[in-house]
Amino acid sequence: MYISLRDATPKPTPTARRTGTRVSSVVITLGIVSMLTDVSSESVSAILPLYITGVIGLSMVAYGFLDGLYQGVSAFVRIGAGWAADRGGQPKWVAVFGYGLSALARVGLLFATGFGALTAVITADRIGKGIRTAPRDAMISAASTPDNLGRSFGVHRMLDTVGAAIGPLLAFVILMVIPDGYSTVFVVSLAFAILGVALLGLLVPGNRRATAAAVASGSVSEPRVRFRWAQLRDPRLRKLLIAAGLLGLLTIGDGFIYLLLQSRGAFAAEFFPLLYVGTNVAFLALAIPLGRLADRIGRARIFVLGHLALLGAYVVAAIPVSGVAITVLCLLLLGAFYAATDGILAALASQFTPPEARATGIASAQTVVAVSRLVASTGFGLLWFVWGRESAITGVAVALAVVIPAAALLLATPRRPRSVAE
Amino acid sequence: MNQRARIAWLASVSVVVLAAATFYGVAQWHLTEQARSAPSAVDVAAATVDGPRIVFRNTALGEGYGHVASVPLENPGGERAISPLVCDRVDATSVRTACLRVLRGVLTTYESQLYDAENRLERAWPLPGIPSRTRLSGDAELVATTAFVTGHSYATVGFSTETVVTDAAGRSLGNLEEFALLVDDQPVLAADRNIWGVTFTDDGRTFYATAASGGRTWLVAGDLEQRTLTAVKEGAECPSLAPDGRRVAYKKNVGSGGEVRWSVAVYDRHSGEETVLPITQNVDDQVEWLNDETLLFGLARADAPGDSDVWAIAVDGSAAATIFIEHAWSPAVVR
Repeated sequence: MYISLRDATPKPTPTARRTGTRVSSVVITLGIVSMLTDVSSESVSAILPLYITGVIGLSMVAYGFLDGLYQGVSAFVRIGAGWAADRGGQPKWVAVFGYGLSALARVGLLFATGFGALTAVITADRIGKGIRTAPRDAMISAASTPDNLGRSFGVHRMLDTVGAAIGPLLAFVILMVIPDGYSTVFVVSLAFAILGVALLGLLVPGNRRATAAAVASGSVSEPRVRFRWAQLRDPRLRKLLIAAGLLGLLTIGDGFIYLLLQSRGAFAAEFFPLLYVGTNVAFLALAIPLGRLADRIGRARIFVLGHLALLGAYVVAAIPVSGVAITVLCLLLLGAFYAATDGILAALASQFTPPEARATGIASAQTVVAVSRLVASTGFGLLWFVWGRESAITGVAVALAVVIPAAALLLATPRRPRSVAE
Repeated sequence: MNQRARIAWLASVSVVVLAAATFYGVAQWHLTEQARSAPSAVDVAAATVDGPRIVFRNTALGEGYGHVASVPLENPGGERAISPLVCDRVDATSVRTACLRVLRGVLTTYESQLYDAENRLERAWPLPGIPSRTRLSGDAELVATTAFVTGHSYATVGFSTETVVTDAAGRSLGNLEEFALLVDDQPVLAADRNIWGVTFTDDGRTFYATAASGGRTWLVAGDLEQRTLTAVKEGAECPSLAPDGRRVAYKKNVGSGGEVRWSVAVYDRHSGEETVLPITQNVDDQVEWLNDETLLFGLARADAPGDSDVWAIAVDGSAAATIFIEHAWSPAVVR
């Protein structure tokens, strides 16, 4: 039995197997855009709780209630933006709108003093994020070739995560040098957001690629193929959505894993607020190697293997052993999980969708994952209380161990002639 | 626009934006340095304050900002004695001071500390997030801490608090989220349960706190031995037990139409009577009883980020709130 994707890739020559195709400059530029934007957004989110409680003097209770709302809004916006990008054939400008909205929200942050204003600003920022993700991923996939898709997404996610790691550090350095220097953090954040939008708007080619695709398919003078929902009917996409949804239902929030580590070890307890930084570092270190590996041995396979890393993280968190090594191993496994699934999911979704419907296809997969993970976290929170945390995580680990082979079967297809496999 | 023009534009935008941000940062740094090294904006006492006093976090600009300060009970508006302790939330008795701190740095962490009467550090343990509330029991043998749990970059569970009761030796008596929550004798199992804002009774075992789930909040009576939280009343947050042990003051949402505005209410456990106090501002603090007739609470200054005042109001609701201590936060009455 073979993963169909492997058949889709032209058989690489021994040299190509090692080096692969170079990643397009468009992908690198988009990665830097994401990096700048992540520095911008993560620097603010790292200090926002401090700002809300310490400076504005509000508790975070109401803020928390709104958080669930954002998740829902963001999911709808994401599919809508994917559709708009496909429909208009201008993914770049939809992405620019998304990045621009987030940058505008940064301007609002400088003037927002009340809780209501702050909430509006944060909501605008998240909507911007929901809008830009799918069109951007569609652009990455359009700028890649079938044999370097995984690597391209790996490069992008690596740059993106570098930004996510730098942002909080930058914000805390500013606060260390300027106590209560929140406005400086907001100004610096705005600066990075503007740089990101400027880079995207000025240096990333717009709809030229659509023309290039038309040239490639030999239909230069013909009008572009229009987006139709029917283009999302590929059974492989449907299987991907089902598999990703099932796995997502067993993907609990990192927060729970951190809480388990914290409850057991002094090291994890002391550095609890920083554990996500460790996960990010592992993610960025592994994004490219795992992306390349996915191009070689099959993206679906890496996607499934990534969930084995997640299972490993559950097991490490569940066993009654503590220590620095256990904490580090757990964060490494979590980082490997993100590196093997985040970009790879977009790569898989774009593989199973024609170019005209690509942004919608990617958005659908990402929305399925986001919604199923939200359900997972809510449900797990209940188990956490009813069963106790060790039993709850053990239960989820067992369920995941059962679902992973099922997902592997679902994503694997018998060897077919290449022409059929596209 | 050709490629060269695009790159020129990008370079110009980058230079302008980075220069502006740097200029702003350096200017802010200068202002802060000036403010920090300036003498305190309020009168500072040379000696420490002994006897009945109010301990609080000093928010007056200048030297001593963020330090724990105290004023005598009989002269709260007078000059303040500033201690070397730096805390974001503070509670004190004559025996001990509980202090929640943000340890700023490139890797910012949070800590809970206990000091003895001479401000010597007795115990410290890490907090999982930003300090929110802390309260000592009357004999200072128990300390409750509430922190906003942060650091969930990928978490989708949203907001959460962690409230832990610890004894003076630093042993945890339990995370209150793991206690059984009973509303109308029915257990609440929802995953979004959050518990915060503890106030102790004098028996070393029971306390009051806030429990929240599904957008509702309750005043709950807690028991450290049975590990239960029993709802007493709906719509009450951050309780504070009166010295008489009978009345409880708390934050109450008096906003209408989905808007949240917190005032303070006083609930008499014997008569079941609730009095909402005439406060026009939005209160977000755990109130403190100055005595059986007066409540203290902190209010942030809208026009000065990082500054706040402690206000006082009569519990019978006969008069509006007035400023009690300027440039102060997190008051604790030491009797």
